[in-house]
Amino acid sequence: MKYLHEYRNPALVKHLLAEIRATVTRPWVIMEICGGQTHAIIKNGIDQLLPEQIELVHGPGCPVCVTPLELVDKAIEIASRREVIFTSFGDMLRVPGSHKDLFMVKSEGGDVRVVYSPLDALKIARENLDKKVVFFAIGFETTAPNNAMAVWQARQEGLKNFSVLVSHVLVPAAIEALLSSANNRVQGYLAAGHVCTVMGWQEYEPIAAKYHVPIVVTGFEPVDILAGVLAVVRQLETGQARVENQYSRVVRHEGNRAAQELINRVFTVTDRKWRGIGEISASGLCLRPEFRQFDAEAIFGLAEVQVEEPAECISGLVLQGLKRPHECAAFGRRCTPQSPLGAPMVSAEGACAAYYAYHRKTE
Amino acid sequence: MEPKIPSELFATCPLPLAGSTTIQLGHGSGGQMMNDLIRGLFLSAFDNPYLSKLDDYAVLEINGVRLAFSTDSFVVDPVFFPGGNIGELAVNGTVNDVCMSGAKPLFLSAGFILEEGFSLAELQTIVHSMRLAAKKAGVAIVTGDTKVVNKGKGDKLYINTSGLGVIEHPFSISGRNLQPGDAILLSGTIGDHGIAVLSKREGLAFESQIVSDTVALNGLVANILQADGACVHAMRDPTRGGVAATLNEWATASNVGIRIYEDRIPIKPSVAGACELLGLDPLYIANEGKLVMAVAKEKAEEVVAAMRTYKDGDAAVIIGEVVGDRAGMVSMQTRIGGWRIVDMPVGEQLPRIC
Repeated sequence: MKYLHEYRNPALVKHLLAEIRATVTRPWVIMEICGGQTHAIIKNGIDQLLPEQIELVHGPGCPVCVTPLELVDKAIEIASRREVIFTSFGDMLRVPGSHKDLFMVKSEGGDVRVVYSPLDALKIARENLDKKVVFFAIGFETTAPNNAMAVWQARQEGLKNFSVLVSHVLVPAAIEALLSSANNRVQGYLAAGHVCTVMGWQEYEPIAAKYHVPIVVTGFEPVDILAGVLAVVRQLETGQARVENQYSRVVRHEGNRAAQELINRVFTVTDRKWRGIGEISASGLCLRPEFRQFDAEAIFGLAEVQVEEPAECISGLVLQGLKRPHECAAFGRRCTPQSPLGAPMVSAEGACAAYYAYHRKTE
Repeated sequence: MEPKIPSELFATCPLPLAGSTTIQLGHGSGGQMMNDLIRGLFLSAFDNPYLSKLDDYAVLEINGVRLAFSTDSFVVDPVFFPGGNIGELAVNGTVNDVCMSGAKPLFLSAGFILEEGFSLAELQTIVHSMRLAAKKAGVAIVTGDTKVVNKGKGDKLYINTSGLGVIEHPFSISGRNLQPGDAILLSGTIGDHGIAVLSKREGLAFESQIVSDTVALNGLVANILQADGACVHAMRDPTRGGVAATLNEWATASNVGIRIYEDRIPIKPSVAGACELLGLDPLYIANEGKLVMAVAKEKAEEVVAAMRTYKDGDAAVIIGEVVGDRAGMVSMQTRIGGWRIVDMPVGEQLPRIC
C-alpha cells in the first residue's frame, strides 16, 4: 500500500535504530501521547528494538480510556430507553460502567449500533424519525470536526430526533497537567500526528518553551515513530526544547483551518474530568449554547451524578506514565480484555490492552 | 525509584462486572467468550470422549469403520455477498469441517429456518447454489428440515448443515497432535471472506472488489493425504476468529508454543487496505476456503510444493513453526523484527475510534 509500506520498511527501521543508538548517551524518558502510537509501538515490537536508555511511557491519548465513568453510565442509561437508538464507535461498547456495559444493554434489548462515522448516525436519524438517535461523541481534536459536522448538518436539515452525548477532550491541556505535576518524569513528547493534522502545532510551542521539553509531531508507522524518537533524543542530547514536525507529509503548522472553524462554531472549551487523571480546567469541548437542542444530556435530563471508582486498578498511574501496565498486580490476572477492570484494558488503543495482546510480561 | 503518587491526580477504575446474565454477540465470535461458553456449559452438560476433543468434528468408530461427523449453522448477513451466498457457504463450511479430520465427506443434511416474507426467488437461487456446491464437493444432501418463523423473528433465513464422512486412512489428525519442530502451513491469503461480507454489510466500497474465498477443500486435503498423510499432524479451516484463533486453540490443546512470521503471511493488498481502514487485524478475520496445517518439519517443503499444484492451494507457504517453550502461546515476529503475542480473540473485533 502506497504511503504505508514505505513507512514499514525494515531497512529504514534498522537505519533509524542505528542512528538512535549512535545519538543516545544517557537515559531519557519519552512519552507518546496517543493511544494509536502506543498500539503501533507494541504491535510492531518497537519498544524491544530501542536501546535500553530510552524508556517509552504511554500517555493518556486513548479517548476510550479517559472518558469518565459518569458519562459511560449516562450513555448506558440513555441507551436502555425504548425510544432511543444509541450509536457509538465500536470500542466504547465494552467499556465497563458502574454496573454494565453497552454490549449488555444491547443483549437486554437496547438498540445499540456501531457506526464508523457520526454522519452514519445522522443517516440513521433521518431513517428513523419516530426514534431519538443519540451519538456518543467522544475523542480528541481528531474526531471533533466530524462530530461538529454531524451536529451542524442536523441543524441545517432541521433534524429534531438527533443528539450527541459529548465528552471531547483536548491534548495540550493534558500535556500541561502532566508536566506541571510534581512527579513528572517525562522529558520529551511525541505529539499525535492526527491531532496536529487538525490543530497544527502552534499551541504546543508555548508548552515546549515554558517547560523546556522537546515535542515532536509524529506519525503512526514504525518509521514515523522511530524518526520521532530520534528527533526527541537529538534535542534532549543537545539541550534543545522546541516543537518539530516529523509528520510533515500530513501536518501543517497552522493545521486544517476549515476543520478548526467548524469545531469553533459548534463547540466551546470547557473543563473536563479525565478518567484516571481527574478534572483538568479548559481541557475539553462542549456544545455551544445555540446547539443545546442537540445536547443529549439536556434532552434526557440526566442529573449530575458523582460515581466512586473503587481503588482496584492503577489506570490513573498508567495514563500518566507513572506505572506501566504489567506493573499492576491485577494485570493479566483479575484484569483482562474479557473482564476489564479499567478502560485502558478495553480499547485496542489502551496501554493495558496493547500490553496484554502483544507482550504480556507477567507469565 | 518508585514515583510518588500525587493524591490530587490519583484516580481509579471500577470493579469488574460480574459477567453478563444474557447471551451477547461475542459468545458466537469464535473467540474466548465462545470458548468459555462451550467449556462452561455445553461441554460440562454433554461430556463424552468425542466432544471433549473439541475439534470441529467428532471421529466415531462403528464396526471398524471410522466416521467423521460435524455440524454448522449459517446466519450470515447479508445472505448474498461478493463471491458467494449463504447456501454454498453452508455446504462448503460443513464439507470443510468434516474433511479437516482427513475424512472423505459423503452426506449432508440441510435444515432451513425461513422468515415469513422472505423472497422465494432468492431462496431458489440459494438452493441452486447449494446443489452446485454439493455436486462440486462430491457430496449428497440426503435429509433435511424446513421451518418458517414469524416475520421479524428471524433474519431472512438460517441454514444448518450436518455432514458425515468416512476416514479411509490410519492417521490421527487433531489439534492435540502438534509436535515441537512441526512447520505451520497456510494454503493462501487470509481475511478475504470476512472483509467481503463486512464491506457488503456496511456498504463500504473499495477500489478493487474483495470477494469471499468460500470453497470446499476436500479435494485439496485428499490429495495431500494421499501423497503423505503421516506427516500431517493437524488441519483446520480458520473460519470465525481467523488464523489467530486456530493457532491459539492448537497451542493450548497440544501444550506447545507457536511462532509465526508476519512477512510470510499472504494477504491481498485490498484486504490489507480494508483492515487498515477499519482498524481490524487480518489474523482474526474469518476465512472460508483456507487451510492451516501442522506438518512434520522434514516434509513441510514437499507438502507446500504439492499444495501449490492445486488452485485452492496455489499460494501455500510455511508461516511458522511449533516450539517446545512458551506453551499455549502464539507469538509473531513483526516485519521490522520485533516480537508480539498473537492472543486469542476475546469477542467481537471492535472498530477503533481513530
